[in-house]
Amino acid sequence: MMERHIPHFQEELEQLKVRLLEMGGLAEDRLRLSVKSLVDRDLNAVERVLAGDAAINQLHIEVDDRCFKLLALHQPMAVDLRSIVSAVKINTDLERVGDLAVNIAEASRRYLQHPPVKELIDLPRMAVIAQDMLRSALDAYVRRDTVLAQAVLDRDDELDALKTKVFRDLLTHMLRDPGTIEASLDLILVSRHLERIGDHATNVAEDVIFMVSAKDVRHHAEESLS
Amino acid sequence: MTVSVRPIVTPAPQAASAEAAAEAPVKIDVERLNFYYGPKRALTDITLTMRTNVVTAFIGPSGCGKSTFLRTLNRMNDIIPGARVEGRVRIDGRDVYGSGTDVVALRRRVGMVFQKSNPFPKSIFDNVAYGVRINGLARNRRDLEGIVENSLKDAALWDEVKDRLQDAALALSGGQQQRLCIARALAIQPEIVLMDEPASALDPIATQRIEELIYVLKKTYTIVIVTHNMQQAARVSDFTAFFWLGKLVEFGPTDRIFTNPAEKLTEDYVTGRFG
Repeated sequence: MMERHIPHFQEELEQLKVRLLEMGGLAEDRLRLSVKSLVDRDLNAVERVLAGDAAINQLHIEVDDRCFKLLALHQPMAVDLRSIVSAVKINTDLERVGDLAVNIAEASRRYLQHPPVKELIDLPRMAVIAQDMLRSALDAYVRRDTVLAQAVLDRDDELDALKTKVFRDLLTHMLRDPGTIEASLDLILVSRHLERIGDHATNVAEDVIFMVSAKDVRHHAEESLS
Repeated sequence: MTVSVRPIVTPAPQAASAEAAAEAPVKIDVERLNFYYGPKRALTDITLTMRTNVVTAFIGPSGCGKSTFLRTLNRMNDIIPGARVEGRVRIDGRDVYGSGTDVVALRRRVGMVFQKSNPFPKSIFDNVAYGVRINGLARNRRDLEGIVENSLKDAALWDEVKDRLQDAALALSGGQQQRLCIARALAIQPEIVLMDEPASALDPIATQRIEELIYVLKKTYTIVIVTHNMQQAARVSDFTAFFWLGKLVEFGPTDRIFTNPAEKLTEDYVTGRFG
């Protein structure tokens, strides 16, 4: 029976991975709903995002606690050590994504009190990219895939460029019609939140690369993996 | 606000097992135990409970009394001249130092594995069969063979020795010999297994196998382990007791002892600031 028995520390690492992925799933879901609330003018979605944050916060604490105990009780080494330290950091990034989804939902609720400023084109594009980056970063985590993680890092510039474009567009609207300032500012805020979510996805991807290859690619992400 | 949301998070899978350990029935209950080697008091006023199907580890510096304490649980200290015990050790509520206790029967229920593996100079089969035979626990040869096989499987040794059961036990490696001694202890179907530094003479791989074995065995047995290796206690146990100068300084769930001990002395010991 020992021959097939998976060492129980490895089992716990697997559990940690599962819980972190649940965390990722919840964060993705909140993000999707928050964007939906804005694009579909869906107040119900706003409420669902706000109500869902408690679950993310609860998992945030649980995952940290698991990591803390695994480090204290098992003295992990090498890839095991890197994966637990990475999990701590990824956990924080995912929790922040959840918070940003709440911020988007709140901005959306304020925005929906006004008539639409314009047709939303670039914000949904930003949302698609941000969601895609987040999903890919989590996939890279599951598959321990540094190539996919690197691809996430490479997409961050698209998001930054769109954010700048959104700002310029809305600036034009505000100059033309000062009555749209309040609503436009909320859209600008949403673009900033989406851009920040891209940054968190980037962080997750960097942690995946560190976990798998022990390479620290932060702050010089443009140097691709050799 | 009341809004229906998607299912919240599924409950934490393993938080339950830590709680279960804390609520398992008491197996060994020690109350105000003092132990003397002649005039010298080696243990002072120890009060401690060990629970069923749980691993309890004793840690502490050399000479702190942890091994002495372990040996009071199945009266292995009886044979030491001048040794004297005060207080109570109850197993399933019955005092093992009570006048009616059959010490041989006690040691059958409370098996022991020592630091240095000590197989008999006999075959692998006969080592495991030894206690079964002298206790008359097998009805016939086939029964005996079944017990030997199951014990070797439980000790995670079967696959390595099944084709050479008649070989000399002393020809096995150190790690295999130690697992053989565990199989020998399990063969007489104890309820409790005491382990005194069971891995300290083994290399890291053999140590890991013993640790995994302990994790598996606790489903069936109540395990008490003495180790001078704190990391080992952290890895294998559910509860940890820290001894110092013959006193029990602190006892609690292992994760708490190693992440947030209540006593300064424990903190100094587990962080290596001791002395």
